[in-house]
Amino acid sequence: MSEINSKFQIPNSRVVENKKIKNKYFKMVIFCPPIAKYALPGQFVSIKIVDNYQPLLRRPFSIHRVQGKNIEILYEVIGKGTEILSRRKTDESIDVIGPLGNGFFYQEIISKFQIPILVSGGIGVAPFVFLAEELFQNSKFKIQNKPLVLLGAKTKNELLCEKDFKRLGCKVEVSTDDGSYGFKGKVTDLLKYLLSTINSQISTIYACGPGPMLKEVIDISKSYSIPTEVSLEGHMACGIGVCLGCVVNTKTGYKRVCKDGPVFKAEELVW
Amino acid sequence: MRVNLSVKIGKLNLKNPVILCSGTFSEELKYFLDFKKIGALVTKTITLKPNLGNPPPRTCETPSGLLNSIGLENPGLDLFLKRDLVKFLKWGVPIIVSITSIDEPEELFILAKELAKIKELKTIEVNLSCPNLRIKKLISQDKDATYNVVKKLRKISSQTLIVKLSPNVTDISEIALAAEKAGADSVSLINTVSAMAVDIQTRKPMLSTVTGGLSGPAIKPIALRAVWQVYQRVKIPIIGMGGIMDAKDAIEFILCGATAVGIGTANFVNPKASLEIIEGIKGYLEANRFKDIKELIGTLKV
Ligand SMILES: Cc1cc2nc3c(=O)[nH]c(=O)nc-3n(C[C@H](O)[C@H](O)[C@H](O)COP(=O)(O)OP(=O)(O)OC[C@H]3O[C@@H](n4cnc5c(N)ncnc54)[C@H](O)[C@@H]3O)c2cc1C
Ligand SMILES: Cc1cc2nc3c(=O)[nH]c(=O)nc-3n(C[C@H](O)[C@H](O)[C@H](O)COP(=O)(O)O)c2cc1C
Ligand code: FES
Repeated sequence: MSEINSKFQIPNSRVVENKKIKNKYFKMVIFCPPIAKYALPGQFVSIKIVDNYQPLLRRPFSIHRVQGKNIEILYEVIGKGTEILSRRKTDESIDVIGPLGNGFFYQEIISKFQIPILVSGGIGVAPFVFLAEELFQNSKFKIQNKPLVLLGAKTKNELLCEKDFKRLGCKVEVSTDDGSYGFKGKVTDLLKYLLSTINSQISTIYACGPGPMLKEVIDISKSYSIPTEVSLEGHMACGIGVCLGCVVNTKTGYKRVCKDGPVFKAEELVW
Repeated sequence: MRVNLSVKIGKLNLKNPVILCSGTFSEELKYFLDFKKIGALVTKTITLKPNLGNPPPRTCETPSGLLNSIGLENPGLDLFLKRDLVKFLKWGVPIIVSITSIDEPEELFILAKELAKIKELKTIEVNLSCPNLRIKKLISQDKDATYNVVKKLRKISSQTLIVKLSPNVTDISEIALAAEKAGADSVSLINTVSAMAVDIQTRKPMLSTVTGGLSGPAIKPIALRAVWQVYQRVKIPIIGMGGIMDAKDAIEFILCGATAVGIGTANFVNPKASLEIIEGIKGYLEANRFKDIKELIGTLKV
C-alpha cells in the first residue's frame, strides 16, 4: 500500500550512547536516520525496551534533540521500563517508532517581535532543547525575541539542560522547590512573578511537565490572555492512535494524546 | 513447496487465517502494514448511537498484560458508515464489522438490519462480551440469552455471523454451543478477562472504572483452554485470540482447534506483528511438510 509511510517504519535503530547525566536522569543517543529526518519539536518516539514481554508495552519519550542522523532522548528512571532502558549498551539495536504525534506550533511567532516563553517542570524540559534550537535555526528569527526559558526542579542537583539553553542564547530563569538554586518555589510561581514584571510582548507560552503544573500554567496564562500550548502525558498502550487508551477531554470530546497531541492548545482542553 | 493458508469462516474466504481483532485495529496501522496481506480486519465495535467511552485513565500495564476500559468509544452507526466503512471496503481486504448494544438489545437488531443492507459487507461480528460497560450481566454470560439474541440476528441477516464470547463464565463451551444452535457461523474467543489493578501510592484503582479487561500474553493460557474446550463441543469454525504475540502462539491456537486467529494487543507492541505471524505460520507448515493449514487445525495430540 502506497500509504506505508517511510517515516513511521521501524528503522534499524541502534544505541550510539546511553549515559547518566545526573541522579536518575539519563541521555540516550539513538541512530535512526528516518526519525532524525522528519522529527519536529514536541513529537515523541515510542520505544520497545526489551524484546520480551516484561514490560509488555512500548514507552513514549519526547525527542530531546536531533543531531544529524541521530536523535536524543532525555529520560528519568522512574520504574521498571526506564530502569532497563538505562542499562542498554552502545551498539545494541533498539526498536523505535516515530516521529509520533503533533509538535509545538511555532512557525508564526518567529517573524514577530515577541518573546516565546518555555516553562518546564522536571523532566518536562526534554522537548524544549529541540524547540529552542528550531526557534534559533529559523533565519527570520530576530535577536529581540530570544526565548525565555523557565526551568523548575526539586533541587539544584536535579536541574537539567540549563547550559544547553544558555549556549543557544536563551534567557534562563530557574526555580527550585527547596531554594537551593534560583527562585525558591514552584516554577508556576516564578512564571507569575515574571509575567507581572516583564515589559515585552509574549507570543506564546509553551509548557511541559506534570499535570498539576500544566493546569496552573494554563490558569496563569489565561489571566494574561497569552496563547498557550501544553505537552501532555497520557498512559499509552499503542502510542499510534489505535487503542483510544490515552484520551484527554477537550471541548470537542475525547482526543488521543498520542495522535491528536501530545501538544494541545490550552483553550482546547477541558480538565 | 507452496502451502495453502486459506481458510473459510461461514461464507467468508480468508487468504490466510490471521485477523486483526476488534478494538486493536484502526486505520493508523496502515502506516505499518499492507492491509491486503492480512486475512481480515475487524472494526472497533460500534453501537447504534455515538458512544463517548469511559473517562481516563483507560489503560494500565500489568505483568505481561494490558488492562483496559475504553468503554466502546465509537462514532455510532451513521458516522461509521459514512466516514469509515466506505473507505474500509475499498482496501481490498475482508472487513468484519463488530456490533453491540449498550442499553437495549433492540439496538443490536436495528444495527444488524442496517448492515444487512450493505451488499459489499459480507461479515458481521456480534460482540456479546465487552466487560467495560455498566451492565450487570453480559449476554454471553447466559446461554439462553445468547441463543435468543443470535437466533434473532440470524433471521435478520444472511451475512456471515460471528459471535464473540467472554471468558468470564463458568463454561464457555455451553455458550458457544448455544450460539451454534441459534445459527452462528463462527465463534470468536476470547474477549478480555475481567480484572483490576491498584496503585498503593494513591490507594486508588489504576482505571477510572475500577475494573477492566485484561489482554496480552498474560491471558494466553486461559484463551487456549477456552478454544480447546469449545472445539470439543462445536462444529462451526473458531476464531481464537488472547495473547497471541508471534507465530508460535498462533500455531498453539490452531492446534487447539482454531481455524483462524485474532491478533490484538500484539498490534500495539509491534504494529507489524500480524505480517510476521503470517510468515511464521507459513514457515512452520513448510518445515513440517504440511501442504494445507487445514491439516493442522485441532490436531493437538492428547
Ligand atoms: C508523550 C510523552 C512524552 C514523554 N517524554 C518523556 C521524556 O522525554 N522523558 C522521560 O523521562 N519521560 C517521558 N515521558 C514519560 C515516560 O513515558 C514514563 O516515565 C515511562 O513510560 C515510565 O516507564 P517505566 O516502566 O519506567 O515506569 P512504570 O511506572 O513502571 O510504568 C508503568 C506504566 O505506566 C506508564 N507511565 C508511567 N509514568 C508515565 C508518565 N509519566 N506518562 C505516561 N505514562 C507513564 C508506562 O508507560 C507504563 O505503561 C513521556 C510520556 C509521554 C506520554
Ligand atoms: C484496547 C482494547 C480495546 C478493545 N476493544 C474491543 C472492542 O471494541 N470489541 C471487541 O469485541 N473486543 C475488543 N477488545 C478485545 C480484543 O478484540 C481481544 O478479544 C482481546 O484483547 C484478546 O486478545 P489479545 O490478548 O491478543 O489482545 C479490545 C481489546 C483491547 C486491548
Ligand atoms: S495510546 Fe493508543 S490511542 Fe493513544
